[in-house]
Amino acid sequence: MTSTINSAEFRANNLKTTLVLGVIAVVLAILPWALGHFFESGNSWLRAVDFALLYIMLALGLNIVVGYAGLLDLGYIAFYAVGAYTFALLNSPHLQAVIPEWLFQPNFFVMMLIAAFVAGVFGVLLGSPTLKLRGDYLAIVTLGFGEIIRIFMNNLDRPINITNGPQGINNIPAVQFAGYDLGRPIEFLGVSFEKIHLYYYLILAMCFFIIFVSMRLQRSRIGRAWVAIREDEIAANAMGINTRNVKLLAFAMGASFGGVAGALFASFQGFVSPESFTLMESIMVLAMVVLGGMGNIPGVILGAVIVSITPEILRDVINPLQQALVGRKVVDPENLRMLIFGLAMIVIMLVRPAGLWPSKQRRAELAPKTKTISQQENDSLQDAERNHD
Amino acid sequence: MTEVLLSISGINKRFGGLHALSGVALSINKGEIYGLIGPNGAGKTTLFNVLTGLYQPDEGQFTFNGKDLFRKKPNVVVEAGIARTFQNIRLFANMTALENVMVGQHVRTHTGVIGAVFRPPKARAEEAAITLKAETLLAYVGIADRAEELARNLSYGDQRRLEIARALATNPQLLALDEPAAGMNPKETDDLKKLMEKIRDDGVTILLIEHDVKLMMGLCDRIAVLDYGKKIAEGIPELVKNDPKVIEAYLGVAPE
Repeated sequence: MTSTINSAEFRANNLKTTLVLGVIAVVLAILPWALGHFFESGNSWLRAVDFALLYIMLALGLNIVVGYAGLLDLGYIAFYAVGAYTFALLNSPHLQAVIPEWLFQPNFFVMMLIAAFVAGVFGVLLGSPTLKLRGDYLAIVTLGFGEIIRIFMNNLDRPINITNGPQGINNIPAVQFAGYDLGRPIEFLGVSFEKIHLYYYLILAMCFFIIFVSMRLQRSRIGRAWVAIREDEIAANAMGINTRNVKLLAFAMGASFGGVAGALFASFQGFVSPESFTLMESIMVLAMVVLGGMGNIPGVILGAVIVSITPEILRDVINPLQQALVGRKVVDPENLRMLIFGLAMIVIMLVRPAGLWPSKQRRAELAPKTKTISQQENDSLQDAERNHD
Repeated sequence: MTEVLLSISGINKRFGGLHALSGVALSINKGEIYGLIGPNGAGKTTLFNVLTGLYQPDEGQFTFNGKDLFRKKPNVVVEAGIARTFQNIRLFANMTALENVMVGQHVRTHTGVIGAVFRPPKARAEEAAITLKAETLLAYVGIADRAEELARNLSYGDQRRLEIARALATNPQLLALDEPAAGMNPKETDDLKKLMEKIRDDGVTILLIEHDVKLMMGLCDRIAVLDYGKKIAEGIPELVKNDPKVIEAYLGVAPE
């Protein structure tokens, strides 16, 4: 691709990209202070931002499975749960007595690797029985899987108490990072950083790492193989791609992103319970991917930010709005919030079916001119098998 | 001097009650263009799919280049050196032409997740080699100028060429083409014929299914004729053309 762009244009593009990235970096660096300065409830906004960052990680993980490999997964939040519980079990006093000492409260990076790995294993566990399924059928099985994980966590307090059932696990300590406890305020250059600020930077850093991994994977041999499977699984197999392994890898990679996000979530909250991992959460993450633009990293990030922040904004806006329009509180703000939010999603999907910021391929796919190959694809080999020759 | 590249014998394939292939045996020599013809429903595509691993035969032997490929998965067959195209083009429609050919090299390359994320020099070199080879192959089939176009937006003839380039990207010893000239005008067919001869001269053996009998007679070194799932004739085009069984299969009556 670079060969077709002449070098002056390339340098100009580079400069522009650097500038944009620089502005984004500055904005992100001062965001916690800006929020605290402009809003009375700055900390609750910052909390919403922290969650938005976690959702970006989740959405990017699901994007690998749904956006690249084209495997519809409705139980994705299970991997978030697995990551969160892995962190909780290894760090809280709950199981301290039975966990070997060397494994208890491991180093931050080791912990992240463990969470990613455990979630990845669960990804393969989900992937292997569903290899032959696609579309609606796959969606139903994954939906079941997501529920199974949640129900297990709800019930694994008997006969041996592992997950502490519906009460969940509390007293999860904050992350220890380079000798600092992120749960306590840290003085740095005369400024005091609170837990919520420290976590903001930690989650932001992990989020950038996940974005980096996503981008690298997309433009690689593996990423191309995923997209090839999404486009035409039979042809991909006939071109030498081991579709079984490559699909399992997509499940494992997607799940490991979820596992990392889950571990950060557990330590940030200090508490996990099965309630946080309902089907609704899976659907929200899927909505982020679809609304933002499947397969396109900037789009997915945008989708995650919009879907996770909008309800928070509406929470603050709806009551004053009702007062101004009608003069009194007519509808419960909580109900109205979800109503407006749902309506907004419907409108966006009607107006921009490919998502807010689709990749150029996806835009082409949904463009009116859809003849040539996609129709011929329907005369697939299954048909050939039925009618032969 | 003639070296057998692929040989099958006693291949049976049934779909429920229908015996699509019964006891088919044939062998393809290195460096030839081997044609497969037969009336509609004769089992050509079924045999083709058996040879490329998409269908698993019920019985028989299948060896390729000394390897046993009986009932092996398509990706194993590709790795052994058989690449194919599809009768109804199956490109990765929403990938560019270049990316399609890059995907074809998947089986001959090795970069995994770690290599993709951290891009050590080895992974970079491999990626550069993949891109270069993809560009070379697009030029080879004559669509270098369409590299950045999405496959779905290419013209029909260019899509056929792209499928051939993608198949060649797997470094095959045998290139299996399923009706590559279908729907082409005489000029395009002629260009395609030249391309196939070029590929053969560059050392790749070709297996060809085609309806265009005239094209087959002028192009193939040897031809096999299938009818009702059985091989009824095999040999050089002149002999096959005059074989009474072949004429009967095509015209329905035995000559007096």
